[in-house]
Formats: sequence, structure tokens, C-alpha cells
Amino acid sequence: MKSLLLALCFALSFGHLALAQMTPVQDVLQTQRALIEKSSRRTIGPAIDALVASGLPQMQNVLEVWQGKQMWQRKADGLFLAATKNDDGSYTLQSFDDGAEVGTATSTDLKQLKPNSGVRAMIATALVQFQLSDSDPAKRADALDSIARDPEAALLAPLRASIEGEQDAAILARKTRLERLMSMAYDDDIPTRVGAINDMSGDLGVDFRATLNPILTTKRIVSQTMPEGNIARELTVGTDALPRIQAYDLMIAGGDAPLQITADARDAVLEANIIAGRIADIPVIQLSTESARDRAYDALVTGGLAAPRVTQEDIDASLASFRFFDVYDEPSEAVTKAAEAALAASETRVAISQAADLGLDALSLASIYFLAAIGLAITFGVMGVINMAHGEFIMMGAYTGYVVQLFVPNHTASILIAVPLAFVVTFAAGVALERLVVRWLYHRPLETLLATFGVSIALQQLAKNIFGTQARPLTSPAWLDGAWVINDVVSISYIRIAIFILALLFLALFLFIMKRTRLGLETRAVTQNPKMAASMGINPDRVNMLTFGIGSGIAGIAGVAIGLFAKVTSEMGSDYIVQSFMTVVVGGVGNIWGTLAGAAMIGGFQKGVEFLNPSNTLAAQTYMIIFIIIFIQFRPRGIIALKGRAAGD
Amino acid sequence: MKTTSAFVAALTLSTALPAFAANCPIKVGVLHSLSGTMAISETTLKDTMEMLIDQQNAKGGVLGCELEAVVVDPASDWPLFAEKARELLTVQEVDVIFGNWTSVSRKSVLPVIEELNGLLFYPVQYEGEESSKNVFYTGAAPNQQAIPATDYFLEELGIEKFALLGTDYVYPRTTNNILEAYLQSKGIADSDIFVNYTPFGHSDWSKIVADVVALGADGKKVGVISTINGDANIGFYKELTAAGVSADDIPVVAFSVGEEELSGLDTSNLVGHLAAWNYFQSADTPANTEWIAAWKERMGAERVTNDPMEAHYIGFNMWVNAVTEAGSADVDAVRSAMYGQEFPNLTGGTAVMLPNHHLSKPVLIGEITAEGQFDIISQTAEVPGDAWTDFLPESAKLVSDWKELGCGMYNTETKTCVQTLSNY
Amino acid sequence: MERSFIARNPSVLIFLSILALFTLGVTILSEGLGIGVISTSFVKVLGKTLCLCLIAIAMDLIWGYTGILSLGHFAFFGLGGYMIGMWLMYERTRQIVETSLSEGVLPPTPEEISTGIGNQIFGVVGSSEFPLIWAFADSLMVQLAFVVVVPGILALVFGWLAFRSRVTGVYLSILTQAMTLGLSLYLFQNASGLRGNNGLSGLQNLPGVTAPQSVVSLWFFWASALALALGYLLVAWVVSGKFGSVIQGIRDNEARVRFLGYSVETYKLAVFTLTACISGIAGALYYPQAGIINPAEVAPIASIYLAVWVAIGGRGRLYGAVIGTAFVSLVSSWFTGGQAPDVPLGFYTVKWVDWWLVLLGLSFVLVTLYAPNGIGGLIDLLKSRRKETDA
Repeated sequence: MKSLLLALCFALSFGHLALAQMTPVQDVLQTQRALIEKSSRRTIGPAIDALVASGLPQMQNVLEVWQGKQMWQRKADGLFLAATKNDDGSYTLQSFDDGAEVGTATSTDLKQLKPNSGVRAMIATALVQFQLSDSDPAKRADALDSIARDPEAALLAPLRASIEGEQDAAILARKTRLERLMSMAYDDDIPTRVGAINDMSGDLGVDFRATLNPILTTKRIVSQTMPEGNIARELTVGTDALPRIQAYDLMIAGGDAPLQITADARDAVLEANIIAGRIADIPVIQLSTESARDRAYDALVTGGLAAPRVTQEDIDASLASFRFFDVYDEPSEAVTKAAEAALAASETRVAISQAADLGLDALSLASIYFLAAIGLAITFGVMGVINMAHGEFIMMGAYTGYVVQLFVPNHTASILIAVPLAFVVTFAAGVALERLVVRWLYHRPLETLLATFGVSIALQQLAKNIFGTQARPLTSPAWLDGAWVINDVVSISYIRIAIFILALLFLALFLFIMKRTRLGLETRAVTQNPKMAASMGINPDRVNMLTFGIGSGIAGIAGVAIGLFAKVTSEMGSDYIVQSFMTVVVGGVGNIWGTLAGAAMIGGFQKGVEFLNPSNTLAAQTYMIIFIIIFIQFRPRGIIALKGRAAGD
Repeated sequence: MKTTSAFVAALTLSTALPAFAANCPIKVGVLHSLSGTMAISETTLKDTMEMLIDQQNAKGGVLGCELEAVVVDPASDWPLFAEKARELLTVQEVDVIFGNWTSVSRKSVLPVIEELNGLLFYPVQYEGEESSKNVFYTGAAPNQQAIPATDYFLEELGIEKFALLGTDYVYPRTTNNILEAYLQSKGIADSDIFVNYTPFGHSDWSKIVADVVALGADGKKVGVISTINGDANIGFYKELTAAGVSADDIPVVAFSVGEEELSGLDTSNLVGHLAAWNYFQSADTPANTEWIAAWKERMGAERVTNDPMEAHYIGFNMWVNAVTEAGSADVDAVRSAMYGQEFPNLTGGTAVMLPNHHLSKPVLIGEITAEGQFDIISQTAEVPGDAWTDFLPESAKLVSDWKELGCGMYNTETKTCVQTLSNY
Repeated sequence: MERSFIARNPSVLIFLSILALFTLGVTILSEGLGIGVISTSFVKVLGKTLCLCLIAIAMDLIWGYTGILSLGHFAFFGLGGYMIGMWLMYERTRQIVETSLSEGVLPPTPEEISTGIGNQIFGVVGSSEFPLIWAFADSLMVQLAFVVVVPGILALVFGWLAFRSRVTGVYLSILTQAMTLGLSLYLFQNASGLRGNNGLSGLQNLPGVTAPQSVVSLWFFWASALALALGYLLVAWVVSGKFGSVIQGIRDNEARVRFLGYSVETYKLAVFTLTACISGIAGALYYPQAGIINPAEVAPIASIYLAVWVAIGGRGRLYGAVIGTAFVSLVSSWFTGGQAPDVPLGFYTVKWVDWWLVLLGLSFVLVTLYAPNGIGGLIDLLKSRRKETDA
């Protein structure tokens, strides 16, 4: 009997053990099966809670796998399994409970669970408590990312607990900052919150402002008496903060004032009261003006057939009898005061930083314009040749970069090859153009314009025929990815910095060639007086050819740079051609500093207009063009004019 | 005796059928730009049409007639669209036109096909607010793309603040107007909607991206709804990546970025950003697998398929069925036969042609993957296309019903037909 | 005076006769009123080509005769189109709206009609307000006057500023290009009040006219031919007199003409403004035939093409401008129409749609290099040969 009992006991406990060993994780998953399959942010919450609440150690893995879209469901039995793809296209399945392989399957037998990013964020939040003290720093960082994205009051305690054991300095700094931010929003103790706010007062971070601003949200209340709560301000009707119409609408919404009769409502009443072609004895046919309709309506009002219209006096009376308040959602006055003060402290710094950021943007745009125009500053500025195909040289450079990347997959190496190669290709193209076309037309500048325009459209179409119409990828090396972040407001991408440096390099190169080399000397001689130069033993043909080639070659390199930050299409050149000519003309022909000044002015002006009118970039470009036209009227020789030469001579 | 008469009957029937179809071959006009700025997108659709027509001819054509493609090049020049459409209808005497991409080109063609009673299948997602007796809109109306995507933002991602970025032309303008009204109806304040328009091919995005990032300063989750068109997307996404904006921080849902556009980009840093369409190449159905295989075999392995291609696929097949049903390629007969036409989508489910000349199609939302494809994470049931949006007061009262009411712009309040010609 | 002018310029008479014969021929062969050999769409193409010839004559006057290479004359052409387009669009919409509103119970008020029209016209760009520039859109007379006045004023202001500052040569070319780019960017904005990128459409439907397009297209064809004839006469007359001598003097040596005591700037401004007005008229006739006008029409490329047409035809000869324009635009239309047969080379099939622009581009180069006088130059050559044989 005893032994039987023992045996039973044993069997029971063993059975229990066996059951537990079988599939506790799968069981929990199966209880939530419907929710997991549905996978919507609105409904998934209980399922995630249930997984976490099960307390099973495997759950961290389950959540991570699910988040990484690696969880699949076997169609045959509905079991949730981790799957990895094999080379032959089949999938190896793994049980969540013990990590054992449970066979392979093809994709037709399986259904992938694809949590959307809203669900993934919720999984991430659930994972935070597992990951905050994970041995892997990457996972700890993930946890912090998740808290920063979706801060929740419940996460404050685990975050605080994890700070003490943190070894990694960078992560520790983030944890401390997050803890401060979370304290402001979620701590129960008001002095702690105020303390945290004061600690960080004046901080520039978007996260800091993003924490404070929700504390300062207000509700607008219409009331005859002073309302309860933490009042932010009382509003005066008729000011910018509360126009009359808005105030009255608020009263209507609160049921404190009657609706105004709109034109549509009036017409509906009129139409409903037509009796034998007349409304209140006025023939319908006469109601073809607004005032006639008003009169008819008033007649109906007198007859008691319609609600009276609300007059301006009525509105004034209603408004006078009520007061309007903004009331903080946050009950504690100490907190809101501290938050106001802290935000005000950051405001000036943010404004200065924004100005600095705008300045960087303008500088960057200017360097792009300069880069696009510098080749033109040589061919047009120095030689006086209008080369409408300049933009197509830029395009050729960019396509060279693309072709190089087809053969050299390493992005760093490919760019290092592409830059000199682009120069070679466009140098050759430039020399060919000079030899075949331009040199016959030195005395007919307007016709150079037409001939090179012909070359331009031919090259553009040729590029389309060869590379297709679709944009081609030109990818920058990884070390140019990302941005130089000075603070949360001021940042500039590395690729733009690289373009800026490239522009400076070209400026130096240009100055060196023109001022320090024999070619530069000869070029200047030939442009000033070809006959005299020729009689001094200079070969003008050769000089012209080389100068034109160098100008074109620089355009090619510019093309690689522009392709890296924007796009590579057959039409990219035409985006820059007009702008480039303007840059050179505005700056003053024949002077590289002028081109620089021109680029700076155009870039700065455009960013300035964009700042004033952020919703319409097109307007900025329009005003820039108009500005240039007017500018040239007053300084026809550009910003930096060469002495003794009128524009066009 | 009996068999002979049956045989004779069958013979007359089979000979009568082609005779019924009057003019062989049946001509199909293809009005897509093959040069100029829009060639990027439209050339693909011309190739699609040629493939569909070849496939149909291999099956024996329609009504015993060969189909003949008449391809013209309106060269991205909007007035030229009107000229070429007139040429197609009067000189080439085509029975149907498949064509157009941009809204302005459609508006250019509208008066011509309405005057000459032509038939146009328009395959691109568009801004709605239009209904023509002579056009079947096989692309998405705003309620089949923009509204569901916005719902997804609101409900699934919990976005509270919206940046509506678009290229400055009619589709983004109208779509954003509709979305602004829609968001306001969902309780999003005016101050939480940031709108920006940029020119075609815009490349200098740093300031705009910085503005979007700065929107997060009031603690609300920010999302971007992008109606940025074509090449400009490349610079935009590159700047977004450079600024370190991940899809988890600020998700971007695009209405004009499909597989073709992604092929000009390295997408490894864009993983997780979204697009909403009625079709993705990654849709896992047998019909789609077959379609992709046929396309790649014809055009090359690196080519991708996209949403407007599916729209032509559905439109063309519906037209073929309607012609067969009507027994003639006559425009009026085909139009009547079009209503209620059903054809299986490539993504599963069935597209139905509604009396307002729009399709009912499922809405798909996909996340960009590192391979330049989309991972479909949400697929709705079929949504009927709505010509006049319900979210702008002026058009909420309008309906289009060419079958029963015979009117594309019917005012349900006054119960009158505002006009039978369309707005252009 | 008139007689002697014609007598001095026999080519004018020849041109006018050819134009008259051509117009008659097209009418007889047309679908609308003739035997139906020429389709309506081709009549429209021909009518539009005549309008382009008209602006080409203006271009020849400013470039070929005065030596100012303007790369912005399509701005004036486009403005002319917009001015007439506003009336066409307003009037057609007004009729639709009034018909629709008159079915209501209450008679429509002016406010309702105006809101209705606003909704119809500006609904596509998400607005219903009438911008200020539409103030006179209801008056055909005012808008017709605007066709000439608005481009004229723009040219006057722009020209006055530019010529006063002595901007010449390629600088002026670039500046005119900036002008047309600025205008197109401005029009692209929705805030411009001219429907942004969509532009004005449905212009081929004349309000209140029930005649079929086959007939309407002929009306416009005749109007275009008449405008071209008058424009040709006017420009030929201008260049044949003393005024013409002065402007050709400016072309050949501006400084010398100035030293002779002529106010060079005034002459240039007069020519610039006159050609702008002619361009405006050409545009006003062109766009109702095209059916739609939008900002892309005034993009800089269009004006460059204009210069190329004139160059190919041979500048400094009015008939050259006409021949060049007609030739290039018709050939262009043929190649892009898909009718041109592909050329199989065995290893590669040359599709004209792909290669036409390459060919066109290279032909510009060849013409500027080897035939600076264009097609007109060939005619001159033939003429001088004949004279030699006669003598």
C-alpha cells in the first residue's frame, strides 16, 4: 500500500516532470496562438505579457527570435519554431524549449510570422528587463534604444537597478542620462522630478525636449469661473493666441453658445419652406443673391419658421460672459515651472545651434555648386568657351564611378579607382570635344553654345541607350556613411564634408595650375592675346586643348562626388548646368575667387529662403533665380569683376 | 443527319465568331513615354504591354483576331500626349489605349478620348477626384493606398506627428490635402502635421531631413508619409541614412517607391522603411511566380516587377474578357461588359471592376529589405476604389456610378449629375 | 510704299503665295471640310508647326538680324498661351457650373457660381479660391489684350534692365535662360495660381462652340497661317527699312552704331519687346491646338531648341527660320511617332525612338561647323548659281 502510494507519488511527480520537460514554452505560445498569428500592435499586448509572465528562461530567446522575423509556424500542427534557411532553400527547424533540431521543411509547409515594427517595438520593450544586464553590450544598447523610443513608467525601476553593475562607460553614460529623463517624467516624488529637470536644464538634446514638452501639454477650458488645476495662463479673446472665431467655436463645442447659421444651413431651411414657388411671400426666382436669401430667411424667422441668426452682438455677449484658460495636464505646479524654465534655457541654445546647422547646410550646398561649377570656371571663365555639355561631363564622371563599382565591389577601392579614372575619361572626352568642335568656333561663341548643346543632348541620349533610363546605384564607402554629429541639432553627413574638402582641394589645384605652372601661365597668355602668345613660342592649340581637357576632367571628378550623395541618371547633368553657369556669371568671369563667392552667395541665399519658407523648397529656387537676374543687372560683371572688361566683350 | 447538322451549326458558329469581330486585327494602343524624364518608369509598362499582347496572341488572340500593339512615344511632353492619343484613335483607329503615368499627362489626354469616345486604361496610383466615362483606373485611388497606409501608421506604429513630404505636383498636393483632412478627423492637431514640397529631381535634402528629425522635440512619435517622386527619392534616402534615422525612430512610408526605384539604391541602410502598394514582387502566389518568371525570361534576370505592371496585367486581362463577352471590341459594348469583371490578383484574391471605373484590390504594406525587395507585413482584404474621397467636404457628397446613374460626378445631396464630362 | 516694299522683297511674295497655297491645299485635303486625306490630328500638327514658325521668325529677328541670342523666348510664348488658356478654362467651366447649378431649387447666387468655378478649376490642386491674377479671366477681350501686353511688359522690364546694364553676348543668353527658368519654376508652384504642374488643360474645347474638332482645328490652322503671314510681312517690313539697317548694324558692330549717335539700347529694347509680343500671339494660337499648357513648356530647353531650329534653317533669312522650324519639328514628330522603321544591323537593331535625339544632337554640331547658314544658305547658293548662269 505504502509502496503503491510511493509509486503513485513518484509516477505523478515523474509524470509532471516529463510533462514539464516536454514543451512548456510551446504551451505558452499555443495559448496565445490566435493573438500571435494576428500580430497587430493593438491586440498583441496580452500575448507578450503572458510570455513574459510565464517566467520561463527561454522566453528571452523566443522574443528575440520572434522580433528578428525568424519565428515560423508549421502549417501541419501549428507549432511555433525557430527556422534557419539552408542553402538548398529548405528550412531547419528548432524547438524553442530545448533548442533541439526537429527536422527540416520547405517554405510551403511553413508560415513566417512577420511582426510589424509596431509589434517589434513592443517585443523590444518586453525584452528590456532581460537585456538591461545582458552580458552582450550590443543587447544592452538595444535595450536602451528601446527605452529611449518608447519610455514607460514600468521601465524606470529595472533601469535604475541595472546602472550599478554597468561596466561599459558609454552604455553607463546613456543609462544615467535615460534614468534622469525617465525620472522627470515618471518618478512619483515631485522633488526628485524637479531635481532631475533642473540638473539637465538647458540641455540641447531632442530627447530632453521630447521629455519636457509632454509635461507641458495643456488643455483649453471654457469656464465662467476660475477652473481647478495647474493653470498655465488665461487667454484674452481677440488676440493671436485666441481669435474670436476660435473662441466662439470652443463655446459651441462646449454647448455654451448657439451655432451660427451657415449659408448651407440657411439654404436648406429656405428650400424646405418653399410654398407655391415663394418663400415667405418672396418669389424663389428673386433669391439669386446672398442678401436676398438673408432677407428671405429673416422673414422666415419673423414668421417663427426658422431659428434666429446669431448676430455679432450675440457673439460678443456670449464671449464676454465666459473666460478661457489653458490648464496643464500635469498637476504639479513645481514640475511645470521647472520644466518651463529648463526649456526656456535650452531655447536660445537650440536657436543658435539651428542657425549653425543652417550655416553648415548652406556651406555644403555652396561647395556642391562650386564643385559643379569649377570645371566651368576654367572652360567658360578662363577660356570663354560656352560648353553646354559640361553637365554631361559631370554625368560621364558619375557613370564611370558606377561602372567601376560593377567590377570592383569594394567601395573604398572602387572610389579610389573611380576618381582618377573619371578624370581620365572626361579629360579625353573634353580634348575630343575641343579638337573636333570647339576649336573651329573660338571666334563664334554663340555658335559654340549651340554646337555643344547638340553634343549635350546626343550624350544624354547615348547614356540612356547604354545604361537605361533607370537611376544607377553609386554607393559611398562605409567610412563615408553617417554624419558628424556635433549635438542633437547640428550635424552634417560625412559625404558632404568630403565634398567640401574636395571643393577646397580643387580650389587649391586651380590656383596652383593657374599661378604656379607653365601651363597656367601659357593659358593666361593665350586667353589674353592668342596671337602675341603664339609669337612668343606658345602653341595655342595645345594650350587650349589641355586647358579644356582639365576643365572637363574636373567636371568628371565632381560627377563622382555628386553621384555619391545624390543620384546617377542620364539627366543629372542638366540639373546642374544652368546653376553652374549662374555661379560663374554671378561670381565674375575669369576669377576663381569670384566663382567661390558666387557659389557661397547662391547657396547661402537659397538656404536662407528655405529657412523662411520651410514648406516649399521650390519657392527658394524660384526666388534664387529672380535674385540672380536682378543681381546681374546691378553688377553685370559679377561679384568680383576683372578690370577693364565689360560682360560679354 | 443529326450529327451533320450539329457539325454545320458548329461550323457556322465558329466562322461566325470571327466575322462578328469585324475588324481584324484588333489594335491596342500603347501610350507610354519612351524618352524624356518619364521614360524611367513608363518604358517598363510599354514592355509589359508588349509581353501581355504576345502572350494573348500565343493563346489565339481575342475573338479569333490577332492583337496588334501600336506603340507611340509621347516623349514625356504633356501636349504631345493629347496629340498622340488623337493620332491613335483617329489615324491608327485603335480599339483601346493602355497608357499614361503622370496625372498631368492623363489630364492632357482626357478631353481627346472623351471627344472621340476612346477607352483608356490608366495603371498608376493617382490622386482621385476624377471620373471619366472613358477611363478605367486600374491603379490605386487614395483610399486604396494613402488612407490604409496612414491607418497603419496611426494604429500599428502609434505615430502621433506626421511629416508629409512630396514632390511639387498634383498627386502629392491632392493626396496630402486628403491626408491632412483625414488626420484631422482622427484627432491629429494641425500643428502636428508638417508639409513640405520639393521640385522634381531634388537632391539637397539635408535641411528637410534635419527639420523632420527636429519634429520629435515635443515627445511625439514622428512618421514620414512620402509622395516624393522618382529620382529625388535616391537623395532623400541617402540623406536619411546619413543622418542615422532608422525605421524604428522615424518610419517613412512611400507611395511612389517600388521595386524599380529601389534598384537605383543600396538598401542595406533602409531596411524597415515602408511602402504601400497593391502589389509587391515578393508576393508569394503561384500566379505571381509565373508572371515574374515570364517577365525575367523576356527582359533579363535583373529586371523587377512592380505595381503599375500588375495594374496593366489586370486591366488587360479584364479588357480581353470583356471583349470576348461583348463579342466586339466596340468601346460602348466593352464598357458595359467591363462592369463586374473579375480577375485574380497576382497577390491573391480577386480584383473586381466597379461601376465607378475603379478596381477593388487588396492593400499591401511592405518593409524594405536589404535585397531591394519588400517584405509584405500587412495585406488587407480587397478595398473598393473610391473616385471621390470622403475626407474633403466638397467631394464627400459626390459619387461616381457609370452603370446605374450614368454619371461620374453625381451629387448625392442635390441628387443631380454635376457633369458628365470629367474635370480637366 | 507698300508696293515698293514688296517689289524690293520678292521673296516675301513668294513666301506668302506658298503659304496661301499650302493653307488651301490642307483645307481641301482635310477631314473637316475637305476630302479627308489629312487627319484632324495632322491638321493640328501642321497648325502648331505654323505657330512655331511664327515664333521662329521672331527669334530670327532678335538673333539673326539684331544679334541677340535670346534663350528665353519660349517664356513669352508660354505666357501668351497661359493668358488665352485662362479665359478658355474659365469660360468653359462657367458654362458647366451654371448649367449644373441651375438645376437646383434656388436660383444660383454669384457667390455660388464663383465658388463652383473655383472648385472645378482649382480642385485638382486642392483649393477653391480664385487667385488675383484671374481677376479678368471672364473677359475674352482683356485676356486677348493680355496675350500681347503681358509678354510685352515682361520683355520691356527685363530688356530695359539688361540692356541698360550693357549685358550682351553670351551673358545675355544665360540671363534670358535664367528668366525662362525662373518663370517655369514660378509656374510650377501651386501658389502661382495657375494650377502648378498641371497647368491649364482642355483648351481645345472652345466654350459655346459645338462644331467638331475636325472643323475647329481648321479654324485654328487658318488663324495660325494668317498670323504667320502677317508676322512675316511685319518682320520683313521692319528689317527692310532704315530700322532694319540699324539693327543689323548693331549685330555687326554695336560700338560703331553707338558712336554714330544711335541709341543702341532703345533699338534693342524695341526689337526685344516686339518679338516678345509676336511670341505671345504665337503661343496663344499654339496652345488651344495642343490642348494643354503647363510650366514644362517654358523650361529653358524649349528656347534652346528654338535657337537650333533657326540655326538649322539659316538665320538672317526669314524663310530660313520657317523652313528650319517646319523641317525639324515635323521630322521630330515623325521619328517619335513610332512610324519610322527600325534599322536592323544584324548585331544591333537601331530603334529611331532611341537614336533620334543622338542624330539630332550631332546634326546641330554639323550644321554649326559646316553649314553656318543652314538650309537657307543652300537656297541662297542655288539662287546665286542661277544668277550666274543667267548672266
